[in-house]
Amino acid sequence: MIVKVVCSAEYCLGCGLCRIHCAAGHDGYNNSILKAYQRGTPRPRADLVYDQDRSWLNTCQHCPDAPCMNGCITGALQQDEQGVIYVDEEFCVSCYTCIMLCPYGHIHVGPQAVHKCDLCRGRSGQPACVDACPNGALRLIDEGESLCSM
Amino acid sequence: MSMNMLTPAFTVQRNPERCIRCGVCINQCANEVHHMEEDSWMWVEEERCVGCQRCGVLCPTHALTITEFPLHFRSNHHWSSAHIREIYAQSQTGGVLLTGMGNPRSYLSYFDHLLLNASQVTNPSIDPLREPMELTTYLGNKDSGKPDQHKPQLQLKVPIMFSAMSYGAVSLNVQKSLAQAAQQIGTMWNTGEGGLHADLREYSAHTIVQVASGRFGVNPDYLEAAAAVEIKIGQGAKPGIGGHLPGEKVTRDVAQTRMIPAWSDAISPAPHHDIYSIEDLAQLIETLQVATRYTKPIAVKVAAVHNIAAIASGIVRAGADIVVIDGFRGATGAAPMRIRDNTGIPIEMALAQVNQRLLDEGIRQQASLVAAGGIRSSADVIKAIILGADAVYIGTAALIALGCHMCQSCFTGRCNWGIATTDPGLSKRLNPHKGAVMAGNLLTAWEHEIKEMMGGMGINSVDSLRGNHLMLRGIGLERHELELLGVLAAGE
Repeated sequence: MIVKVVCSAEYCLGCGLCRIHCAAGHDGYNNSILKAYQRGTPRPRADLVYDQDRSWLNTCQHCPDAPCMNGCITGALQQDEQGVIYVDEEFCVSCYTCIMLCPYGHIHVGPQAVHKCDLCRGRSGQPACVDACPNGALRLIDEGESLCSM
Repeated sequence: MSMNMLTPAFTVQRNPERCIRCGVCINQCANEVHHMEEDSWMWVEEERCVGCQRCGVLCPTHALTITEFPLHFRSNHHWSSAHIREIYAQSQTGGVLLTGMGNPRSYLSYFDHLLLNASQVTNPSIDPLREPMELTTYLGNKDSGKPDQHKPQLQLKVPIMFSAMSYGAVSLNVQKSLAQAAQQIGTMWNTGEGGLHADLREYSAHTIVQVASGRFGVNPDYLEAAAAVEIKIGQGAKPGIGGHLPGEKVTRDVAQTRMIPAWSDAISPAPHHDIYSIEDLAQLIETLQVATRYTKPIAVKVAAVHNIAAIASGIVRAGADIVVIDGFRGATGAAPMRIRDNTGIPIEMALAQVNQRLLDEGIRQQASLVAAGGIRSSADVIKAIILGADAVYIGTAALIALGCHMCQSCFTGRCNWGIATTDPGLSKRLNPHKGAVMAGNLLTAWEHEIKEMMGGMGINSVDSLRGNHLMLRGIGLERHELELLGVLAAGE
């Protein structure tokens, strides 16, 4: 099973609201953008890529046979029953093996542990980025669903 | 000129406690109002702000407030601040003032002075959730002359269509949104005078194509692809005026669709150069009927002007299957401000007068009446139908459903909502998949509301509502206005 967020560059505005809501949705900020950006250290889990007049959100593919998970020396990177690959911060020793193994650069250095997209596990409804996209450019897809059917 | 007496129209207020320097306002403003220095110092060029509210809506912390610039001229009932500002602008440019959208001036909106009836005791009201309600409407000539023959009809599941907005004036994504919504709901969208883009051919069963004075994009395939053909004589926002799509909006794609050179101005003449009389109009109607082998209804759209009843009578006698009347609140992508704000008459008056004139002359059954221009809600729709319309066109309401914030700057081509622009970077801001859902939702919502109001009146078919003036009462109107509208006063 693969679940992941895909971005349609055709409709991505490059506004960056996805990253802002991502940061506020993690690290205990409880979706408070002001708290994340004015009191804390916002750490978005995905990057926006700009190429000439196009842009898109570059985010974790939640690979079925994920190199990051296979290479993790402590088992901190885990996959839940939905197929979401997430970091169990309690076990991460910041060896950064996963960062070196991810072919897309989707895992980032954090103060205590690495962090990556966890598709907002525990949040009700869609991931924060999908909810925040003003133009419907982001979608949460399941394996087998055509990317073109939006 | 060194000194410009025009102060900015809007002021941008940034709440420093809320701004997180994320830059969304900067990357979303096509008018380049917001700026940030390398050291995170932010500043604004308020002169460039058109009040479209894009930055305020998208700001993730609601740190921005866009309000009218608080310059208060000394109060004067004759010289409004708008008059003074317009003179300042003209003294700088020496040009005609351009504007967009519909007439915003404080003329009476008769829709707001009409009240609906409801059933109490003596006749039962109907619950639309329990009993069937019929909104299906057929547009066309109902008078074939022979009992076993029918003139071509347009079937509408709801008596609301999307009005003519051309590719060029609006983005292709707007047309895609409206076409998909029209197909999903079972109504029509209208190409406007800008041709039919190849991507939209699949919606042809729900497409009305327009033939206007510039004849842009008109060819046999275009006529063949449509469910109906509309001849545009005039539009409510600018009666008597042609159209002018500036060359910078005529991209290669727009040019190909319009069959004109790219980046050239697309100018629609004020009159059709082959129509100088009702007889000439009859010739064009018959030409289009022959070209479509009498299989499609032919509509004629005119602006509501002083002698509209006689004009509409002539149009029906010229053979039009559908007469579209566009009231003075009708909108446009670009019009001279003086024309938009001072020409035409209200759709409510025009509709009542035309309906009565056609009834008096015994030709009402020969054509359907469509009302356009300033329909803001399902209540306006139902009032228009009671005043005599078979269906209505909505344009502004549809665009608002797609995100339009009514800044009236359509003519600049820098629409931040991706609506009135052909710039690819701005057009993409309207995702047609999302737009189709929003436009479809609007029609669905209005359909429910119309059924509720009809049920309250004890009417279960829109046919029983049409021209049923007893269902309306006027409030706050003079006797002559009530007589022109054909309604009694509240309490009568």
